[in-house]
Amino acid sequence: MSSNPIIQVKNLHKWYSGVHALKGVTLDLRRNETVGLVGDNGAGKSTLINLLSGMQLPTEGEIFFEGKKVCFNGPADAMEAGIETIYQYNSMVPTMSIARNMFIGREPMIYSIGGIGILDSKKMAIESVQAIADVDLHLRSPDALVGELSGGQRQGVAIARAMHFKSKVMILDEPTNHLAVKETQKVLGFIKSLKKLGIPGIFISHNIHHVFECCDRMIAMARGEIVLNKRVEETNMTEILDVL
Amino acid sequence: MAGLVFLVILAVIFQARSGGVFLNTVNLQGILGLLPEVALVAMGVTLLMICGEFDLSVGSVFALTPMSMAVLLEAGWPFLAAITVGLFVAMTVGLVNGVLTVKFSIPSFITTLGMLFVARSMTVVISGGFPPLLPLNVIPKWLFVTYVGPGDMFRVSFIWFLAIAIGMTLLLSRTNFGNWVRATGGFLPAAKSMGIPTKRVKIACFMICSLLAGFAGTLQVMRLGAPLPSIGEGLELQAVAAAVIGGTALTGGIGTILGGIIGATLIRVIDNGLVLSQVDANWFKMALGALTVFAVILNAWLRKKAKSIKVETEK
Repeated sequence: MSSNPIIQVKNLHKWYSGVHALKGVTLDLRRNETVGLVGDNGAGKSTLINLLSGMQLPTEGEIFFEGKKVCFNGPADAMEAGIETIYQYNSMVPTMSIARNMFIGREPMIYSIGGIGILDSKKMAIESVQAIADVDLHLRSPDALVGELSGGQRQGVAIARAMHFKSKVMILDEPTNHLAVKETQKVLGFIKSLKKLGIPGIFISHNIHHVFECCDRMIAMARGEIVLNKRVEETNMTEILDVL
Repeated sequence: MAGLVFLVILAVIFQARSGGVFLNTVNLQGILGLLPEVALVAMGVTLLMICGEFDLSVGSVFALTPMSMAVLLEAGWPFLAAITVGLFVAMTVGLVNGVLTVKFSIPSFITTLGMLFVARSMTVVISGGFPPLLPLNVIPKWLFVTYVGPGDMFRVSFIWFLAIAIGMTLLLSRTNFGNWVRATGGFLPAAKSMGIPTKRVKIACFMICSLLAGFAGTLQVMRLGAPLPSIGEGLELQAVAAAVIGGTALTGGIGTILGGIIGATLIRVIDNGLVLSQVDANWFKMALGALTVFAVILNAWLRKKAKSIKVETEK
């Protein structure tokens, strides 16, 4: 438990043209720990996630990944390092097949020049079937369009993708939003299985119940600052609702 | 695919109405000779629409490219240099379209509408109002427009078209670039979050689209022997119609190069078939318009049908 943290964030600030969205956030994410990040709209959760996933650059402050200082110039850098983010409106293209979605931006190729090349379709099909089966998701075929899947299945495929690429940290940005009850349970199941696999995660949600159900530590944010950071055993819902 | 169905039906009707002239060698020769010019433009527009953008300037680039080439030829430049510069001009127009669209995040409908006027105007300006005659002796006609094949069935331009069509199809379906194009047009936020350089992908598609339009225009001018500043007017909308008839979605992400080609073929077939059936040629646009709307409705219906069949088999 006391091993060195996989992600360290030090005094992170972010300004959006006059708005101070993140006011000096300092945070450690330990290995083998699922962290729940809660907060109201505009509390700075999404900003923090955007900085960690490389979508934006911090105005000030440092991010350390596995002890080394990092600077993510784009999502590809963060993914390369091993931080995979699954977004609320999900990171899948509905008009494309499951196999193609699994490998967007990281396509295996038979032959390539300067980064552009011929896809290894066979490998894509085989590996996507394997990856989906690994998260205990049962789908018809890797050629089915993602648009034909339910919301929960899509999140399942996104998580399967992250696992397939052996991500070291998984960030889940409101993965249970807009999902039916059964589907939500399935996604919470995926998150719990991450812990079993020893992949640390950050789980963002409006729903504190969901977070309590599958996280080890709670972080609450309000007005761009962290207002609470305790292990779940040491806190309760009332305390969290109070600080928000 | 609605386009293919229409194509077969129309071929049968026109064959009957024209008393067997429609499918005879001479007429097919005519259709296949002209097809590459529209189809090349349609392919580029299809690719760009799959990427989620639009190009209304293809008709103007269709005229500007060969005009640039002709002006240079008249000034005594060798053929290879002149055509290279012409195609380079086309690509530059695409680059400008793309950069303006992604840099200022404005709709490509607007960027390319502007370019439609700009490029057309430039075509007239560089021709000085008097289009130069192509010096026929320096143009390698055998490489572009001579008839070849069994019974002189097609022009060489048809072989260029086939090669480019195969290349484009493979690019879209078999390469990672094709995957990026579909992702960018299918759902931009997802493509961005997966680290795809969506801006560069879009710019590349704009450039390919312009380049194909320019090459198509060059083929037409070499066939006609003179560059007219007015060629390609209205072609941008025909190309969009071809793409849409072939099943390309206006919203991006969906479509195939083959669909665009089928759409373009349909347009040529209607144009030609109406004349052969001795229908007043002014009905052409009417037929084209009705077909476009009809094809989209049919495509939407087919897609829905296919979905429900899939759902049923799953049970």
